[in-house]
Amino acid sequence: MLAFVLRRILQSGLVMVVVAFIAFGLFNFVGDPVAFMLGQDATQEERVRLRGELGLDQPFYVQFGRFVGNAVKGEFGVSLRQGRPVSTLLRERLPATIELSVAAALLALFIGIPLGVYTALRRQSWLSHMLLAASLVGVSLPTFLIGILLILVFAVYLGWLPSFGRGDVVALGWWTTGLLTQSGLKALILPAITLCLFQLTLIMRLVRAEMLEVLRTDYIKFGRARGLTDRAIHFGHALKNTLVPVITITGLQLGSIIAFAIITETVFQWPGMGLLFIQAVNFADIPVMAAYLCFIALVFVLINLVVDLLYYAVDPRLRIERSAAAH
Amino acid sequence: MSVRPNAGAGEAVAVPRLPSLAERLRGAWDGDVAYSFRRSPVAVVSAIVLAACLAGALFAPWLAPHNPFDLKTLNLLDALSPPVWQEGGKPGYLLGTDDQGRDVLSAIMYGARISLLVGLASVALAVVMGVSLGLLAGYAGGKIDAFIMRVADVQLSFPAILIALLIDGVARAALPRDAHGDVALFVLILAIGVSNWVQYARTVRGSTMVEKNKEYVQAARVIGVSSWGIMGRHLLPNVMGPVLVLGTINIATAILTEATLSFLGVGVPPTQPSLGTLIRVGNDFLFSGEWWITIFPGVALVVMVLSINLLGDWLRDALNPKLR
Repeated sequence: MLAFVLRRILQSGLVMVVVAFIAFGLFNFVGDPVAFMLGQDATQEERVRLRGELGLDQPFYVQFGRFVGNAVKGEFGVSLRQGRPVSTLLRERLPATIELSVAAALLALFIGIPLGVYTALRRQSWLSHMLLAASLVGVSLPTFLIGILLILVFAVYLGWLPSFGRGDVVALGWWTTGLLTQSGLKALILPAITLCLFQLTLIMRLVRAEMLEVLRTDYIKFGRARGLTDRAIHFGHALKNTLVPVITITGLQLGSIIAFAIITETVFQWPGMGLLFIQAVNFADIPVMAAYLCFIALVFVLINLVVDLLYYAVDPRLRIERSAAAH
Repeated sequence: MSVRPNAGAGEAVAVPRLPSLAERLRGAWDGDVAYSFRRSPVAVVSAIVLAACLAGALFAPWLAPHNPFDLKTLNLLDALSPPVWQEGGKPGYLLGTDDQGRDVLSAIMYGARISLLVGLASVALAVVMGVSLGLLAGYAGGKIDAFIMRVADVQLSFPAILIALLIDGVARAALPRDAHGDVALFVLILAIGVSNWVQYARTVRGSTMVEKNKEYVQAARVIGVSSWGIMGRHLLPNVMGPVLVLGTINIATAILTEATLSFLGVGVPPTQPSLGTLIRVGNDFLFSGEWWITIFPGVALVVMVLSINLLGDWLRDALNPKLR
């Protein structure tokens, strides 16, 4: 157990070091930071002095160590485009992205699971066929196009919902939330639907496949033979055993949702981290890019780590296999 | 897939004769796959739609009613005219025009070319990369295998589109600004290709590990064929089957990734617009009511991707022996 946990944590640490290395490489080998900061008509002495002040004349590993030290503290320098510290920018943008992503994940779960159960139990009904066909179309529709269509219908033609921004936000300490105002909630609807659709089809298909698999097993037949009601079999036995992989996948998908939020945020001009990142890419704003890179890698590594450890804790089969392999 | 019908079995000479092309085509038409194709209306319809899309894209310079890149033929007076069937539509511009008087239909046909080019090239790159690394990992085993597969695991824990975006972003930051236009297409192909090699590598590694213990590989080793020779000449043809199916399906994903990156403004430049770029440009006109500039390229994109997906679904089922 301990060996598995340690190995897994070590692996995650290694990934983060590699990512930090890439981010560090961005800073040092893409463009000259001294030239960025001083401009063109600086003298040679000024350059040398600044180089010394920034520590760029020190050996490579010292610089890398200092970069990692700063990154751990959340300091990535100053945005080249906005002239403000990157950590402040990210902290301002974080609540918007988190609220959007969590709203989308919840929507996907609470709509996707019932639809999946329905299509599995009523396999031949026309509604199931419709839903499955729709989910295939959903996979072929790119996220940004869904967003554009929603804007066209609900914002341009019907004029019911706003098409960009977050509406009014309320500040709770450093966290700003749009969930407490009416305009904030209204602004959340279209982006959340756009972001959740892909995950929704995924969850629906997954639940359906798992349900069909479970319904074929012996213990379900046994349950029927014992005369349990359909309701007890479907929801008490089948659905319960379906949910373990579903929750794992959803957990793993949370990272993807945050990543895909880049697209949704661009369509709806949602002031989150994804929009910040895309603007940084377009302007070659390296400190912001490096910070986002480290942030998103950290999110993914943490999610994978937690899911792996949880799996290990929840599923006793994994433990037996491992200890059997060890003997 | 490794068993070939032995056409010359009855002849006195034991050398098997390879079937001629015509015989092979006949065999293919009578075969299971073609039969299931003829029996599946969805597959037939999507094949026809896809063929139409491909023809429109490939022969755009001859089929398109206008050349959207020939500035001489553009007339600003024709700008922003709606599709023909709407009030104010101009004959000759079937799907309307954009803000510079470009014919939307022609722009879509030329744009589909770029989208297809990037899609095909990036899948080809991913296949080459994945198959080589997968073969190497499966055949060599040991440390090389562990290293390649660890990298694959790590990459697989991030969504492909994020990796493509990062590669693209880093390349943009690294290259001088004025070079963007020239190399944008290559950077894009590279980014999408590199972000998708893992699944091919995994598939090929799996089949290589099965195949490498078979007798024909041992025989080749005994007569002194080098490791590279065994991998390239003997294993490669036998592990390519599943990869080709996977690659066909992934063309749709690659096209979508390209469109997404172009929509985000980090893909192909507006001078050579792909479908994604057209949607991005048209998006600015959505609020003033000129919906056709963005919706029609979107529809073209979806129709193309959907038909590839449907064909891919059918192909996967048709080649799955469990479902026969």
